[in-house]
Amino acid sequence: MNAIARRLSLPLVVVGFLLAFPLVTTGFYLEFTSKVMILAIFALSLELLVGATGLVSLGHAAFYGIAAYATVLLSPKIGAANLFWLLPAAIACSALYAIFVGALSLRTRGVYFIMVTLAFAQMAYYVFHDTRLGGGTDGIYLNFKPEVALFGARIADLGKPVVFYYFVLACLVLVFVFLALLLRSRFGRVLAGIKSNEQRMRAAGFATFPYKWTAFTMAGALAGLAGFLVAVKDGFVNPEMLSWHESGAVLLMLILGGMGRLSGAVLGAFAFALLQLFFQWDVVFGNFAKHWPLLLGGTIILCVAFMPNGLIGIPAQWRTWRARHSSEAARV
Amino acid sequence: MDLATFLVQCLNALQYGLLLFLVASGLTLIFGIMGVINLAHGSFYMIGAYLAYSLAPVFGGNFVATLLAGLVLAVIFGYLLEWLFVSYLYERDHLQQVLMTYGLILVFEELRSILVDNDVHGVPVPSWLDGSVQLGDLMQYPVYRLAISAICLAVAAVLYFVIARTRLGMMVRAGSSNREMVQSLGINIKVLYRVVFAAGVALAVLAGMIAAPVSSVYPGMGAQVLIICFVVVVIGGIGSVRGAFLAALLVGIVDTFGKVLFPQAAGIAVYLLMAAILLWKPEGLFKQG
Repeated sequence: MNAIARRLSLPLVVVGFLLAFPLVTTGFYLEFTSKVMILAIFALSLELLVGATGLVSLGHAAFYGIAAYATVLLSPKIGAANLFWLLPAAIACSALYAIFVGALSLRTRGVYFIMVTLAFAQMAYYVFHDTRLGGGTDGIYLNFKPEVALFGARIADLGKPVVFYYFVLACLVLVFVFLALLLRSRFGRVLAGIKSNEQRMRAAGFATFPYKWTAFTMAGALAGLAGFLVAVKDGFVNPEMLSWHESGAVLLMLILGGMGRLSGAVLGAFAFALLQLFFQWDVVFGNFAKHWPLLLGGTIILCVAFMPNGLIGIPAQWRTWRARHSSEAARV
Repeated sequence: MDLATFLVQCLNALQYGLLLFLVASGLTLIFGIMGVINLAHGSFYMIGAYLAYSLAPVFGGNFVATLLAGLVLAVIFGYLLEWLFVSYLYERDHLQQVLMTYGLILVFEELRSILVDNDVHGVPVPSWLDGSVQLGDLMQYPVYRLAISAICLAVAAVLYFVIARTRLGMMVRAGSSNREMVQSLGINIKVLYRVVFAAGVALAVLAGMIAAPVSSVYPGMGAQVLIICFVVVVIGGIGSVRGAFLAALLVGIVDTFGKVLFPQAAGIAVYLLMAAILLWKPEGLFKQG
C-alpha cells in the first residue's frame, strides 16, 4: 500500500497544483499552461510507441495535424459544431491514417521505420500544403469553437480560457490514467515484451504485428486528441503542424523527460516548453533571443551527450555516480 | 506531350535523380557502415549551396576553383564533425542519433541565418557553361543542366571504382557487413569511419554546390532534400550504393513526370512510389548482406 501511495503522490500533487493554477493566474500563463498540457497529451501518445513498444516514429506530427485539420474542415462554415461528434470524427481521421501508415511502416523495423514514418508524415504535409483543401502555407481558420451541448442544452463554453483549461486538464488526466492502466494490462505487457525482444515474443506464440498495429493506431488517435485540442485553442491550423520539426520536437520532449515512464513524457513537455520560452526571453538573451533555435539545438546536443536517461533519470544517474565514487574512495 | 517535351522532361528527371544520388549515396554509406542515421545530412547539401554562393565572389566567379575549395572545406568539416559529435553515437540507439542530429540541424540552420541571412539568393551559372542546346525545332536545353548530369555520372563512376576496386573500398564493404571482424583484422575502424563520414559530407556539399545555380539558395532547402533522400535510401535498401543509384533515378523520373502529368498531386507521387515498394519489398530493392 505504501508503495502505491508513494507512486501516486507525485502525479496527485501535480494535478492538484494544475487544478488550483487558474485561481492565481489568468491571461498568458493560463493559455501557456493549456498549450503545454496539450503538448503533454501529444508526448504521452508518442510515449506509447517509443517508450512502451520501442518503435521510434519520426512522423507522429502527421496524426496531430490531421486531426487539427479535420476539426477545422468538418466544422460548418457558419455556426458551431457539437463537440460530441466533432471530437470523435477528428480522432477517427487520425486513427484511419494511422491504420494506413501502420500497415505499411510496421513491415519495416529500426532505422527503416524511422525513415518511413517520416516520409508518410511528409506525404500528409504535402496534401495540406499543396492542395486547395488545406489552404496552402497560410492554413485555415476555425470560425466558431465547437459547443459542448447535450440535447440542445449548452453545458460549457470552450471559448472561455478557464473552461478550456479545465477541459484540457481533464483530457490529460484521462489519457494518463488510460495509458497507465493500458500498460499494466496484458496488452501493455505484450508491448513491453516486444520492446525488449520481439523475436522471443514471437517464439512465445504472440503474433506481434497486430499488437504493434493496435498500439500504432491508438498512438495516432491520442495524438489526434491533442491535435483537436490545439485547433480549438488556436482557432487556426497550418501545414507546419505536420512538419517534421514538430515530430522531432515531440521526440525531444520524450527524451528530455525520460523514456519508459509516462510521467517522463509530461515532465518533458513542460521542460521543453519552458526551455523554448526561456530561450526566446529577450531580457536574458537580448538581441540573441531571436536566434533561439541555436540555443535549443545546442541544448539538445548536450542533453544527448550527457543526459541519456532524461530529467527523470537524473536521480538514478546521480546515485550510480555517487556509489561508484564512494566505492572508489573506499578502495583507496 | 510531344517528343521534344518528353525528351526535355527525361533529361530533367535524369539530372534531378543523379543529384539526389550524390546526397543519398553519402547517407546510405554513413548508415550502412557506421549504423548512424544522420538527419543532418540535408544540412550538408544546404551548406554546399551556401558555400557556392559565398565562395563565388572570393574566387572571382571561377567555377572550378570554387568547387575545389568547397570540397576541401567539406572534407575538413566532415572530419571535425565526426570527431566532435558523431563519434559518440555509434554505441547509442537510433533515438539518440535522431535527436543529436536533429539538434545539429537546428544549429546549422540558425548559424546560416546569422552568417548569411534568410533571403533567397541566386548563384550565377559559370559563363562557359551558360549556353543551351537545340532540341528539335522549338526546344532548347541549358548546357549547365547537362553538365550537372555529367559531373554526377563521373562521381558515380569514381565511387563505383573506389568501392569495387580499391583497398579502401574493400574495407568499406567489409565494414558494412561485419564491423567486429574488420576491427579484429587490424583495420583502424575509427579512421575508416572518419574517412567515410568526411566523404559523405563532401558528396552532399558537392551536390549542393553544383545545384545552387539551378535551384538558387534558400533557407530550408536542406530539409526538403533530406526527406526525399530518405525515400531514396528506403527504396534502394539501406547501405547499398547501387540501390541508391537506381532508386534515385526512379524517384527522379516519378517526381518529374508526376509534376508534369498530375500537378495537383505532385508532392505525393514519390511517397506513393515508396508505399508501393514497401508493400512489395519491405527492405528495399537491394538489401545489404
